[in-house]
Amino acid sequence: MIEVDGVPTFENLKTSMPTEERMRKKAVAMHECYQDIPCDPCVYSCPTKAITMETLVSTPRINHELCNGCGLCVAACPGIAIFLMELKEDRGLITLAYEFVPLPNPGEIVDGLDRYGRAVCEARVERVYSLPGIDKKTKTSLVRISVPPEKIMEVRFFRRRE
Amino acid sequence: MIEPDVLVVGGGPAGMNAALAAANAGATVLLVDRFQNLGGQLVKQTHKFFGWAARGAGARGFELAQKWEGEIQNHPRIRTLLGFEVIGAYKDGIWLAADLEDFYKIKPKRVVIATGASERMITFENNDYPGVYGAGAVQTLMNVYGVLPGERYLIVGSGNVGVIVAYQLLQAQAKVEAIIDILPRLGGAYWVHAAKIQRAGVPILLKRTITGVYGEGHVERAETIGVDEKFQPIPGTERTFSVDVVLLAVGLMPLSELLFELGVREYYIPELGGFVPWHDETGRTSHPEIFVAGDVAGIEEATTAALQGRISGLQTALDLGYEVNKDEIDELKMLLTQFRRSSLSEKVCQGLERLHTKGV
Ligand SMILES: Cc1cc2nc3c(=O)[nH]c(=O)nc-3n(C[C@H](O)[C@H](O)[C@H](O)COP(=O)(O)OP(=O)(O)OC[C@H]3O[C@@H](n4cnc5c(N)ncnc54)[C@H](O)[C@@H]3O)c2cc1C
Ligand code: SF4
Ligand code: SF4
Repeated sequence: MIEVDGVPTFENLKTSMPTEERMRKKAVAMHECYQDIPCDPCVYSCPTKAITMETLVSTPRINHELCNGCGLCVAACPGIAIFLMELKEDRGLITLAYEFVPLPNPGEIVDGLDRYGRAVCEARVERVYSLPGIDKKTKTSLVRISVPPEKIMEVRFFRRRE
Repeated sequence: MIEPDVLVVGGGPAGMNAALAAANAGATVLLVDRFQNLGGQLVKQTHKFFGWAARGAGARGFELAQKWEGEIQNHPRIRTLLGFEVIGAYKDGIWLAADLEDFYKIKPKRVVIATGASERMITFENNDYPGVYGAGAVQTLMNVYGVLPGERYLIVGSGNVGVIVAYQLLQAQAKVEAIIDILPRLGGAYWVHAAKIQRAGVPILLKRTITGVYGEGHVERAETIGVDEKFQPIPGTERTFSVDVVLLAVGLMPLSELLFELGVREYYIPELGGFVPWHDETGRTSHPEIFVAGDVAGIEEATTAALQGRISGLQTALDLGYEVNKDEIDELKMLLTQFRRSSLSEKVCQGLERLHTKGV
């Protein structure tokens, strides 16, 4: 439960999840930031003004219709709490900020991990790239993995195989 | 004898900002830190910071430190004394800064104490064994000197410090077996920080405490036990972790010994981390020439430390007759209030309120 260990439950996720229809159209940002931390880089990073916040200490709101899937908010978020979601016919694509070295290689098969770090499926690294953070000077690496489509709301990290 | 307008003790976010604010207003400043680098806690922080994008959030801690350090080093009115500890303050207004060989006498007109905090310790069997570390020590070894003190870690404490150090250890390719906490819920870590280490496979085990560490003269394993609502151990819930480092992240206390010596009024305010010097909104203590800013004034965080430092720095310059735009002080105070409006600052606000009702 989120109040106990910080890990969001389905009840939390429902409030920020894009619709299935939207995820089928094109990549879209989803945040998992449900606490009123004094933080706002996501708002400033977004070129389409899709992310809004009432005050610094409110939780963000993403307008999924305005979002173009550019990923800048994923790179800017200090909480590593924003992900890009996209549904294809046969797989789900998840893009996450990855602050570890060495970086994985495109095509690599990895374990898809759920929010408690449990391996729940096989995943494949599709793309490894980097985007500037909020200061425009430093970059954050992003990794896009593909998972079985029904795992798109479950997988949030991956583990490289030995 | 060095005779600056303002002596700033401590070069973390609070001290650096106090020095810059006072010097920008025209004051001459001596900034002393016992460490070889400026930056305080910030130099160890490789993660991105929260806060306002417009005020540096999203940047990593050490990057923030570098930015201020650059401004300080180029400032004609700031002199820095690094590797020197301020070890004493005397009633006649003389302060002493020393390293192992040398010392300086300082006679400032105003002083800003920005010494930060020290780490708490807890008791368990063999807690003096090599392999038991404070979070700050591991961070310094790992992020400043590039040395990992061990391979397998058990972290005690699920506040922001514990979960952030866990994340940094994973980045350094160490194995973090678990984070334990005696509380029935997170000990103050932001949910997003706690979530990102759990998805990377580090469990947070609540209602559990450490009873001892054992091994051949250094830590080889740690014993833990589950506790009930009254924090009493529950027999049968023991669990052994085979680790070579036990990392304690069980809280910070304001580092205000220097002020004791001068008889500055202090109160015990648990919400602020322990004994804190009484201070007003500008950081002025019961001694009108001495200010406090940052964690020493109550454990909080870097953004608030930097804002408090700015305010104190400006106030010292104002005291000494330099031209200061009072609107700027008001604006900084307003930002501080805005920042603290989060429910996460509730405890700090209650603490400050209690401190203020105490009076000088
Ligand atoms: C693991 C960790 C993660 C954190 N993450 C965040 C975060 O994400 N966001 C955030 O806003 N905050 C964060 N913080 C908190 C933040 O780092 C501190 O609140 C902040 O650094 C306090 O600033 P300060 O200037 O008061 O003290 P410090 O940064 O502690 O600086 C105090 C300085 O004073 C010096 N000093 C002390 N005594 C003397 C003396 N007698 N003579 C000379 N020098 C002396 C010390 O060497 C030190 O350099 C984190 C802290 C930790 C430990
Ligand atoms: S992905 Fe791009 S457009 Fe979409 S919310 Fe994030 S920053 Fe805005
Ligand atoms: S930047 Fe990330 S952590 Fe900060 S408010 Fe936005 S989503 Fe939350």
